[in-house]
This record gives sequence, C-alpha cells and structure tokens, in this order.
Amino acid sequence: MSNKARTSPIRTGLIHLALIGYTLIAIFPVFLTIINSFKDRNAIFRSPMQVPRPSTFSLVGYQTVLGQGDFALYFQNSFIVTIVSIFLVLLFGAMAAFALSEYRFKGNTLVGLYMAIGIMIPIRLGTVAILQGMVAAGLVNTLTALILVYTAQGIPLAIFILSEFMRTVSDDLKNAGRIDGLSEYAIFFRLVLPLVRPAMATVAVFTMIPIWNDLWFPLILAPAEATKTVTLGSQIFIGQFVTNWNAVLAALSLAILPILVLYVIFSRQLIRGITSGAVK
Amino acid sequence: MTDPTSADITPIKRPIRWHIGVFLFPAFVVYSAIMILPLIETLRLSFYNLVDGQSTFVGLANYKVLFGDARWAHDFWNALVNNLIFFVIHMCVQNPIGIALAALLSTPRLRFVAFYRTAMFLPTLLSFVIVGFIWKLILSPIWGVAPWLMSLVGMKWAFAPWLGQSGPALIAVSLISNWQYIGIPMMLIYAALLSIPEEVIEAAECDGITGWAQFWKIKLPLILPAIGIISILTFVGNFNAFDLVYTVQGALAGPDMSTDILGTLLYRTFFGFQLQLGDRSMGATIATVMFVIILAGVSFYLFAIQRRMRRYQF
Repeated sequence: MSNKARTSPIRTGLIHLALIGYTLIAIFPVFLTIINSFKDRNAIFRSPMQVPRPSTFSLVGYQTVLGQGDFALYFQNSFIVTIVSIFLVLLFGAMAAFALSEYRFKGNTLVGLYMAIGIMIPIRLGTVAILQGMVAAGLVNTLTALILVYTAQGIPLAIFILSEFMRTVSDDLKNAGRIDGLSEYAIFFRLVLPLVRPAMATVAVFTMIPIWNDLWFPLILAPAEATKTVTLGSQIFIGQFVTNWNAVLAALSLAILPILVLYVIFSRQLIRGITSGAVK
Repeated sequence: MTDPTSADITPIKRPIRWHIGVFLFPAFVVYSAIMILPLIETLRLSFYNLVDGQSTFVGLANYKVLFGDARWAHDFWNALVNNLIFFVIHMCVQNPIGIALAALLSTPRLRFVAFYRTAMFLPTLLSFVIVGFIWKLILSPIWGVAPWLMSLVGMKWAFAPWLGQSGPALIAVSLISNWQYIGIPMMLIYAALLSIPEEVIEAAECDGITGWAQFWKIKLPLILPAIGIISILTFVGNFNAFDLVYTVQGALAGPDMSTDILGTLLYRTFFGFQLQLGDRSMGATIATVMFVIILAGVSFYLFAIQRRMRRYQF
C-alpha cells in the first residue's frame, strides 16, 4: 500500500475511540462480575464499581459455591460431553467429508445436500421426538443422550467445512499412496487427516462453544443431579441462591473461567477459521 | 466437484467400493437417527393426539386448536409477534453495528486490531446463563449499576426497571441478545471486507472515492452476499431462540408473557411448566409451525435472494 494520505491522525484517533468505546461495552459486564465476586457483601452493594481492596476482599462466595453445589461433578460432566462429542463429530464428519470430496459415486450430490439440511434447520425442532426416542432407549438422564444429540448437531457443519479443505489436499499425494499399496483407510487416516489438522481445529472450536453453552438439551434430556452440565448446574444454582449475591457472582465467574481459558488458547485458531472463509 | 459432462463418458465397471460406505456410514446413521428421523417424527406427531389414551390420527385438529382456540391462539400470536420484534431489533441494531465495527476494524494499518477483535468477540462465547444473569444484575434497580452509569451521562432520569415492565422488557432482552451476538456479524463481515482485493480499493482511490463514499459505493455492494448470510443466520437463530429469555425472564417469559417467543412457548407446551402439564402433540404442532417458518425463511433466502445476488469473482 502506498497511499499515506488516506489515514489522517484525527481519523485514526476517532476510529480508535469508537472501537475502544465498543470494547468497553463488550468487556464491562464480565469485568464487573469478576471484580465483585471477590468482594464481601457490603462492598458489592455499596461500591459495585470498585476493584476489591484488602479491606473488602473476600472469598465467601466461592466458599459457598464450592461447598454447596456439586460443581466439580458438573464440570466433569461438561468436559466429558464436550470432548467426546467433539471427537465423534471430527471423526465421523471427517470420514464423511472424505467420502464426499474424494470419490465420485452415484448419489454423491444428494448425500451432500441431505447432510447440509442440518446446517440450516435447528435440531431443537425435533426435540419432542428426540425425547421420546431417548425414553424408549432408556437413555434419559445419561451423558450418552447428550453426546448423541451434540454429535448429530455438529456433523453437518463439520462435513461442510472439512470437505472444502479436503478438496485442497493434492491428488498426487493420495495417488502416490495408492501406488505404494496403501488402502483407502490408510490414505485417509495417515495422509489426509494430518494435512487437514488446522481445519479440524477450526471445526472443533465451532462445535465446542454451542455444546458447552447449551441449556436446552441438558434441561430436557439430562436434568438429573448426576448428569447436570455446568451450564445447567449454574442456572439452577443461581436460581436457588438468587439473593446470595456473593455466591451468584462467584458461580458466574467460575462458569466464565473455562470459556475464557479456551478462548485464550484457541482465539487465533477461531478467528483465522472465520476469516479464512470457512463459513463463507 | 463432479463434472456433469464426464458422467457420460464410458462408465467403467468397477468393483463395489465398500470403503465409501464405511466412510459415510457413521455420520449418516447418527445424523439420520438423531436429527432427521426425530424431525420427521415430530412433523408426524403434530397430526396425532391422545384420544381415550390412544395415540390417534386427528388430521389438522391440533392446528385448529392452536389457531382456533382463543387461549392457544392468543399465546401463539403473542409469541410470534414478539419473535418478529425480536428479529427486527436484531436486524436493526445488531447487524448494522456489527457491520460498522467490521468496517472500522478493517481500516488499513490500524493498530491493536487483534485486541479489539478478541475483546468484542468475547460475549459471543459466553453461555446464556452467564449473559442473562450478568445483565439481570446490571439492570437491577437494587444494585444500581445501570442508574449509576446513566447518571454519568446525565441520563439517570431515564432509568427504569425495564426487565420488569411489560413494554420495554422485550426490547431489553433483545438488546442483551444483540450485545451477546454482535461478534458474529462483525467477524463474518470483517472477513468479507478483508477479502476485497487491494486493486479494487486502489482503483476507487484513483477515481477519488475515499472514506465514507468508498464504503457505501465500493465495499458495501461487494459484501452484500455476506450480509445476506448474516441475515439468514440471524433469522434462523432468532426463530429458534429460547435460552436467553429462559435465563433472564424464566420459562413464563414474564412480565405477563411480554417476552414470550416461539422457543419458550414450545418449551412450556411440550415439557410443561408449573401448573401446565406437558402436551406432546401440541408441542409437536408448535415445533412444526416453527419448522415451516424457518424453512420458509431459508427457502426465501436461497431462491429469492441468493440467486439474484451478484457475486463478484476476483
């Protein structure tokens, strides 16, 4: 780029001002929750905007949360559901994407379109029958029910994104593998999968967020104490402790934490995934 | 993908390629069994109801109840109108602000872009439970954070406990949802803006089109397909929304059902809540109506908008 006159300092300043303004709006509520979760009850109400000081610092909210709710179990449930679902979505999605992008066969386009329905039509609309089916299969109040639903929910987008990427894997490489006597399975698992790893990471992030945050299916399919996810657990906990603001704020902060950590780890992957046109 | 002409060239007899089936099988089975079949089953259930404890085909009777019975019709139209308002607010607030932020972010040689982007995308990642409760606390007159913030700009008089008033509650909930999801239009438009080639921008500059005029006349037409995509994503997302209303206002979508949308209506109807018993058939009926609405929106987008949209190939 050569044109230097395009950006005057005043204009740049105004742009920064607008962006900082919105950044504050975006971050402020989260910031407010976290600082107040470390304060005692009086300080929360008297001066909500202040950061905790030695005189107002208190962990009583966290003690309540960790003492009352079964948060460790909820976290464990959420982790199991999210990780197993992502694994299955990636495995099944990649396999199907490979079949659809690599081979020409009768019905290829049709299967592709069939799989694409799920990108636009939300799985929630089938909840009535899903619940019925899970009751019949005896899977209500099990993590398996959630894993199955989230796997089905994640597969369409995974196939869509991964098949775009798999088309870019060089044919020469695959054919060289075939000449060397690799089976189609070996070509997929040993040649193609390692090459699309960046795309898999993108899909993983896109799949993970809605699963971790979902409230609808845990509420309907697995509301039992032993299978509550963090999202449902904190929703119910907050409902019970609605007047205990220390506990509520601490529970909120604890629920933010894993997402924040994941975001810090994956944000580059996520943003690169979006900007590289994975969703275009 | 498949080249249509090559299909005619001498079909070679090949052995059945079992591996294609093996590759497709797991995804196909899980997707069909958990997603497509339940969807079809739900559509089917909407034509059935319990008669003397037996599930019987009742034709359109469920729909007659939904649209004809005064109480059901009132709830349904109330939810549908609220849902439309919910959608309109998203289209008028969330998407324009998202586009504006993306336009600002894509300013060439701007510093700290990565930081802004990361910070603005953060709310999108939070769960509804967190978002709902944080905003409930902030807007609560007891805590006084919102009035205090408004007093900073001399607007304290305008504060009211919005979430508790039946008129403003829906707007407040919609704006909270806007706050949460602004990251999605922002990122998609930002990506679209980045993909505009430098030569086009330089050509515009040679013709003396810069700044605002450049955005309106050059960039906006080029990102129209992306705007179409965010519109349809917003549409589908809004007409199947549930979580935020549930966490902020509860399943009854108070005050006085003023924030009731189709998702909460579906939940209450089919799962039951407090005094209301769950009704599977009516739940399936409402889900079917939602399905028809979403399908209509998606088809309208695919056939009427996307087809006509001019795509520029660079």
